[in-house]
Amino acid sequence: MIEFHLDTRSGVPPYQQIVQQVRHALRLGLLEVGDQLPTVKEAVAAMAINPNTVLKAYRELEHLGLVAARPGIGIFVAKTLGDHSLAAHGPLRQDLMRWLAKARRAGLDDESIEAIFRDVVRSASAEGVA
Amino acid sequence: MIRLTLRQFRTEAAVAFGLLTALAVVLALTGPHLAQVNEAFQATCATTGNCSSAANPVFEVDRGLQALVPIIAIITPAVIGMFFGTPILARELETGTFRVAWTQSITRRRWLAVRLALLGLAAVTLAALLAWIVDWWDGPLDAASQSTFDPVNFSVHGFVAIGYAAFAFALGVAAGALLRRTVAAMGATLVGFAVSRIAVTSWVRPNLASPLHELLPFLTARPGFSLDASAGTLSLTPPLVHIPNAWIFSTSVVNPSGRALTGEYVLHACPGLHQMASAGPAANPLVALRTCQDKLSATFHTLVTYQPASRFWPFQWAELGIFLAAALALCGLTFWWLRHRLA
Amino acid sequence: MTVALEANGLGKRYGRIWGLSDCTLAIPAGRVVGLVGPNGAGKTTLLHLAVGLLQPTTGSLSVLGGRPGTTSAQLARIGFVAQDAPTYTGLSVGDHLRLGAWMNPSWDARLAEERLGRLGLDPRRKAGQLSGGQRAQLALTLAVAKRPDLLVLDEPVASLDPLARREFLKGLMEGVAEHGASVILSSHIVADLQRVCDYVVVLVDSRVQVAGDIQELLATHHRLTGPRHARGALPGDLLLIGESQTDRQSTLIVRTDGPILDPAWTVEQLDLEDLVLAYMTHPREHERRPHLEIHR
Repeated sequence: MIEFHLDTRSGVPPYQQIVQQVRHALRLGLLEVGDQLPTVKEAVAAMAINPNTVLKAYRELEHLGLVAARPGIGIFVAKTLGDHSLAAHGPLRQDLMRWLAKARRAGLDDESIEAIFRDVVRSASAEGVA
Repeated sequence: MIRLTLRQFRTEAAVAFGLLTALAVVLALTGPHLAQVNEAFQATCATTGNCSSAANPVFEVDRGLQALVPIIAIITPAVIGMFFGTPILARELETGTFRVAWTQSITRRRWLAVRLALLGLAAVTLAALLAWIVDWWDGPLDAASQSTFDPVNFSVHGFVAIGYAAFAFALGVAAGALLRRTVAAMGATLVGFAVSRIAVTSWVRPNLASPLHELLPFLTARPGFSLDASAGTLSLTPPLVHIPNAWIFSTSVVNPSGRALTGEYVLHACPGLHQMASAGPAANPLVALRTCQDKLSATFHTLVTYQPASRFWPFQWAELGIFLAAALALCGLTFWWLRHRLA
Repeated sequence: MTVALEANGLGKRYGRIWGLSDCTLAIPAGRVVGLVGPNGAGKTTLLHLAVGLLQPTTGSLSVLGGRPGTTSAQLARIGFVAQDAPTYTGLSVGDHLRLGAWMNPSWDARLAEERLGRLGLDPRRKAGQLSGGQRAQLALTLAVAKRPDLLVLDEPVASLDPLARREFLKGLMEGVAEHGASVILSSHIVADLQRVCDYVVVLVDSRVQVAGDIQELLATHHRLTGPRHARGALPGDLLLIGESQTDRQSTLIVRTDGPILDPAWTVEQLDLEDLVLAYMTHPREHERRPHLEIHR
């Protein structure tokens, strides 16, 4: 069993925070197939949030095929997020690390690096849409 | 709803019925003695024939209680109104709990109706029990004083106190609705009740039925003469008339055409008295007075205006009716206020 | 969308002062709706009208399809927790439950006792001795245990400390999770609304400034920061909510369904508080893309 928490300042919609927390737990192996997620009532009681938010998150997880509802019993983990995703990210991560080292050598501080990164992501996605 | 009302007013009810019981015990212990003293006196005076003139020793028994009981009987309706009527709405409005009470599954009309019925019934029952006990205890005194229409005796005896209690209760509820503050509404209830009682006693009760007029012979009910020799004038005091248990408004001495007897006329008509007024005491003042009275009695009679004793119960009914009607009107006002001003 | 509350030209006058005037809004059922607005916006008046404590002076109001406060059946469908959670100070906690049972045919005694047990409230304690948080919980229990279709709460957590506030909201959300009532609650504390509500209505001066699903509103509102001269070049389907200027820079709060592609503008996400404040600071009838004078 895992426990959810909510960060109201992050700007990430609450239901997505729950989805992310489940995915994170699956990646880290905190949750395995057959494990039960907190019931809606438990989640609501733990976080003092709207039950619709929890329901929405669980529907999303179900849609992703990560969990399955057993009517009358609860929500159970149906699939783990295997290492393949991390493996796929590995090389990309290494590329980014190399770029980061380069940026540091060029004398950029963390804030400037983040600004460049965000700007590039935004303009890239803008071009993609346009 | 009924149980809730009882729960909320159980302290008031317990205190009220507790006090009533305590009073009942005191009166039950002292009442028989009062009756004995009065009966003994009545038996004695019947043999000597001076029942109307001799002092009845019953008035000397338990004098403190005799003073206290009528006061209790008179203020109890006001107290009932203040503690049973006023809090019904004022307490809820003052503490904000009306927001709880009127958002349960009961319309506020019904909420108020149940309270009015239940607590009104308690108020009236209290008043009736008190009136019954006091009436019994005070009976010998009432019989001895032979003045049931006395303002105090009238409200202490009979059932009119029920009307007072119902009215004070309804006044308390209405004051609570209008003022929304318990203490202020209690004060308003007390003042309003006192004013209403005084107004009805002094202006309404005398006019409930037109009074009777009776002519008495001059010699049995004659005015007092008091002669002021230095000024040469004679003033008259109205004759004292006693009709048992009647409410006497006025007595006057009049001739057949309705003209009232004046001191000037007496001096003019009775030369003997005139001489006394102008020249000092006559040889025999009593003879002069007797002669004058005999002379006046040929043309003058004493006119008594009064409500007879037989009207005591009709008057009780009428006043009960007035106060019950006022109570109903106040309840109507409260319902209207609840619907239009508290919403 | 089924409607929990629908008001049309609703107004309420207290003597000469209007507590609410010409208010028109629709609040959907099945949601947890936050009603936000500055003091004097008419929130309490609106909620009191909704539960039947007040009767409208003008206009019409329908709650769950009925006129509030008129029949016991209508009263039974709505649970209410008033501001500062009034309770009978002389009555015990247990007395309050009995009061609820006596006055509500649909009373759920098991639910009420269970809730009190969870809260650790001794039924023999007098309500007058309870802390603010406990009193609020008692009032909530009274409102929830009558099993209403709609729960109305007027500033339920305004006077509570953060811990009691969290506990209260937990209790409220548990109740909603278990029994699925619609909820309308007014609050000043926007962070709490973001947590528990999925729909928000911003009321300023009796007028609805914005109403909608919170996620949708957050997804369509942005803060744009950019050079002042770029302001004229904004696309036409933007709804300008608020703006502030320096001699070089413009900061705009806008509502738009599409993305902002102009690289001159830095686009930031708003949180609910920013969004609510933007509507509260610039209360007006918003027009599409108003009167932009062009700076070149």
